[in-house]
Amino acid sequence: MEIKTTAMAGTLESSDIQITISAGQDGINIDLDSSVASLYGDQIKKVITDTLVATGITNANVKAIDKGALDCVVKARALAAAQRALETSDQPAWEVF
Amino acid sequence: MEERLRRTMMFVPGNNPAMVKDAGIYGADSIMFDLEDSVSLSQKDAARVLVYEALKSQDYGDAELVVRVNGVDTPYFKNDVFAMVKAGIDVVRLPKVESAQMMLDLVKVIEEAEAKFGVTGTKVMAAIESARGVVKALEIAESTDRMIGLALSAEDYTTDMKTHRYPDGAELEFARNMILHAARAAGIAAFDTVFTNMNDVEGFKRETEHIHELGFDGKSLVNPRQIEWVNDVYQPTKKEIENALDVEAAIEEAHRNGSGVISMNGQMVDRPVVLRAQRVLRLAKASNLITEEGEFIEE
Repeated sequence: MEIKTTAMAGTLESSDIQITISAGQDGINIDLDSSVASLYGDQIKKVITDTLVATGITNANVKAIDKGALDCVVKARALAAAQRALETSDQPAWEVF
Repeated sequence: MEERLRRTMMFVPGNNPAMVKDAGIYGADSIMFDLEDSVSLSQKDAARVLVYEALKSQDYGDAELVVRVNGVDTPYFKNDVFAMVKAGIDVVRLPKVESAQMMLDLVKVIEEAEAKFGVTGTKVMAAIESARGVVKALEIAESTDRMIGLALSAEDYTTDMKTHRYPDGAELEFARNMILHAARAAGIAAFDTVFTNMNDVEGFKRETEHIHELGFDGKSLVNPRQIEWVNDVYQPTKKEIENALDVEAAIEEAHRNGSGVISMNGQMVDRPVVLRAQRVLRLAKASNLITEEGEFIEE
């Protein structure tokens, strides 16, 4: 699906992750800022990528600032940001939940 | 209705990952994730997704899981209900309920969501927040078999009544008694309102003792610190526990003898005494005062 607008979800509070999604051309590229990137960076990127792909996004530039988010929070923020970028927040894709 | 303890229903802001993540560690009987007043309009979608993902992945132990959705007249209502039903929430709490019809509107959406996602058994409860809601409490309480309880929400109610909260709680007496009677008549739970002044510990304890005396099942809470204070008030005394154990022993003896009549110390034990004893024992076990087998646990 085509990204219609640059969108963000999440905050910079502890246990959260702020994810910004904008249109891209060459797959899903993730710029991750996390104090635990060396340990969990691959896992965080995988959750973001899997979530975006599930929503139908195949090309996007993603900026993620992690503050110690659990996987479920990463997924939730990625999904919220994707829905906003696709302008589908009012009609959630239930199969992705 | 399923009998379970509902002394403490802790509010958890639905868009706060740290609080959502930790909600299970404080020992609340019920955890109420909030998608309504604690979430700004611009974050309704994000909170819905966050609570959904947490419910699907986090272990909240034995706590009853409740979500306060946005009102039936908001654009968020249907998606909130759909997401929470899909996540397998135990109870949907509807705010600002003023009629049985509002509960039926909720049930209709729940039925639609349950059919879509292959879920069953979602329960509901109503928050009463206005004069109209209070005078309609019984019809609301009896509106659906899915109902587990009524909760008083005092901030909106006192505004509607052109008053505000006072330390003695006189402004809430009618509403408390009306809601409590409606709940008891319908065989469901009654939850008292939140107490928001965290600096007034004595006031909180006084209010909790008062609503315990009235007969409320418990209280809605805004801070985990309040859980222990409520549990202390609801904790039965040693004498109450000993009496309840005697009643339980009398029941067992009657069963052993094949007798339909339960007697204790030469007197017949009737149903209200049995029900009260069973509740005392549930409270005693939840308070870690006795074991599952009924043995006292020493300090």
